[in-house]
Amino acid sequence: MLETVASFGLAVGEKAEIKKNRLLPKDGAEGKKRIAIVTGVHGDELEGQYVCYELIRRINSRLSELNGIVDVYPMLNPLGADAVTRRIPMFDLDMNRIFPGGENDSPWEYMAEKITEDIKGADLCIDIHSSDIFLREIPQVRILPEYKRKLLPTAKRLNCDFVWVGNSAAVKSSSLSYALNSTGTPCLVVEMGAGMRITKVYGEQLLDGIFAVMSDMGIWTGEVGEVSNPIISADGEVAVIHCGKSGIFIPAVEHWIGICEGDHIGDILNVYTGEKEEEIFSPAAGMVFTLREYPVVSAGSLIARILGGGR
Amino acid sequence: MTKEIIYRFESAYRGEFDIKAYHFNKGEKSCCIVGALRGNEIQQLYVCSKLIKALSELEKQCKISYGHRITVIPCVNPFSLNTGKRFWSSDNRDINRDFPGVSGGEPTQRIADSLMKTVNGYQYGIQFASYYIDGDFIPHVRMMETGMENAGLANLFGLPYVVKRNPKPFDRNTLNYNWQMNGTSAFSVYTNATDEIDEKSAELAVSSVLRFLSRMGIIKRHCHGGYMSSILEESSLMSIHSSRGGIYRRVKNPGDETAKGEIMAEILDPYENTVLEQVKAPCGGIIFFAHKSPLVCESTVLYKLIKRLKS
Repeated sequence: MLETVASFGLAVGEKAEIKKNRLLPKDGAEGKKRIAIVTGVHGDELEGQYVCYELIRRINSRLSELNGIVDVYPMLNPLGADAVTRRIPMFDLDMNRIFPGGENDSPWEYMAEKITEDIKGADLCIDIHSSDIFLREIPQVRILPEYKRKLLPTAKRLNCDFVWVGNSAAVKSSSLSYALNSTGTPCLVVEMGAGMRITKVYGEQLLDGIFAVMSDMGIWTGEVGEVSNPIISADGEVAVIHCGKSGIFIPAVEHWIGICEGDHIGDILNVYTGEKEEEIFSPAAGMVFTLREYPVVSAGSLIARILGGGR
Repeated sequence: MTKEIIYRFESAYRGEFDIKAYHFNKGEKSCCIVGALRGNEIQQLYVCSKLIKALSELEKQCKISYGHRITVIPCVNPFSLNTGKRFWSSDNRDINRDFPGVSGGEPTQRIADSLMKTVNGYQYGIQFASYYIDGDFIPHVRMMETGMENAGLANLFGLPYVVKRNPKPFDRNTLNYNWQMNGTSAFSVYTNATDEIDEKSAELAVSSVLRFLSRMGIIKRHCHGGYMSSILEESSLMSIHSSRGGIYRRVKNPGDETAKGEIMAEILDPYENTVLEQVKAPCGGIIFFAHKSPLVCESTVLYKLIKRLKS
């Protein structure tokens, strides 16, 4: 059942609308649990699109096995997606910095408030992100340290490769996940893939996890597959590598492989002189869970994150 | 006057990225003034350039008080000014959401870190800032309520208003907030333009800073007294929203007085030119902020009004 969560009139003959699809069990929803699947806070993050499509398709094909409410919000920033931009067009706002909304200086703060109110009270929310155009991420769950005890058991069931308990921007104050967690609605943030891309294999992996979690919650009575055990890590166990020079980054490693301290991560090249500006080596042993995707870099650009490589 | 490059990196294609500081006189760090952090802050850059000219003259005439050093950093983000982008030209990060910065972090975090290190330790800090939504203000001084702010000092600029803002989570990563937390009396000065030059308010801004410096004994200069500032809590301003989207025809401007029921603006049908909404003043007062863009969405803040006190 398609519903409009919030809308407002744009300037020229159009409405900005946030829609959700509410999937209900055949025998009624009263007293049953609710899960919210949310994606598209950033207009350039598309990995969640396939997840939404496939989740709805699979549930509808076996609706008799649904025993709870599934709310799917495929795109919270529809104008950004259409304009191929991360932020909210015209207002140049990062939507994941205006939650829980309510400031009401722009209509999007009103939208953020309505979205927060609509999700509040769910038994679980999963907010799917996909890095940006600059970095590629393995499927991972991010949670703030203060919510570790509450969220970690569910995070481990999402079939992601890694759970990062840390202070990343996606889970900090002003984010949707913080607005929900701080008011009692558990919310997990998933990061996977890269901006402006859909990696179907990651989507399939996460879908298995979502069905497993729904099964644990009693929302899904159908068969679910085995989920893998993720590596759990905290900020102190992650080595972050930035380049010191500008140029073109050519990686020497693959994404999501194990490396040793001192291994060659890649080079920063100068296309005018034909020289290497910088050779980048790993400061620690571990797994490369974030790798630079966009080749042009400035001094300071993030190149890689190594899991298990804390210093 | 001496010039110093406080941060530099070599870019891949555009040569050196430099942040320049202009130092006047020698001695204790008395006052530091910061201009454009964003690529659309042309007025802020212009005001700083006028201040550099004025301070150069005062220095030649030995009218900067002995033992007082003044620093002006007119532009922190020349790359974005030269590409017409509001935020960082490659990844669209906002430097004014990256304070206090990280020395080994992302490019914008490194810029914030180098700026913070340069501006720390000054007794007074002045930033020419811009608001996150489009519009024009009455010139004013804005301060975060950190518990360390001094509204009495802000009066000495002699601008019509001093506004105190209760910081939101996203404010905690701004220059103003971090400057104050590091012990500098920090003020943000808003003129009524950003992406274009408004000569009258630029002159007002220059005069207000020179007046402040004079009153603090940092320069020797006779100044007009300016305004007796009124101190406002930002939360006391009345927001007036559009109820329709369309073409916005502004009738009332910042600084105008308005009576209850008076027409402040009209929203026109973008196709048929009929009046969709007459925006009327809900009470008497003075217009503090007015929306600027000719297109307007529903639920946009068109005006912020200083309500007239009932006598």
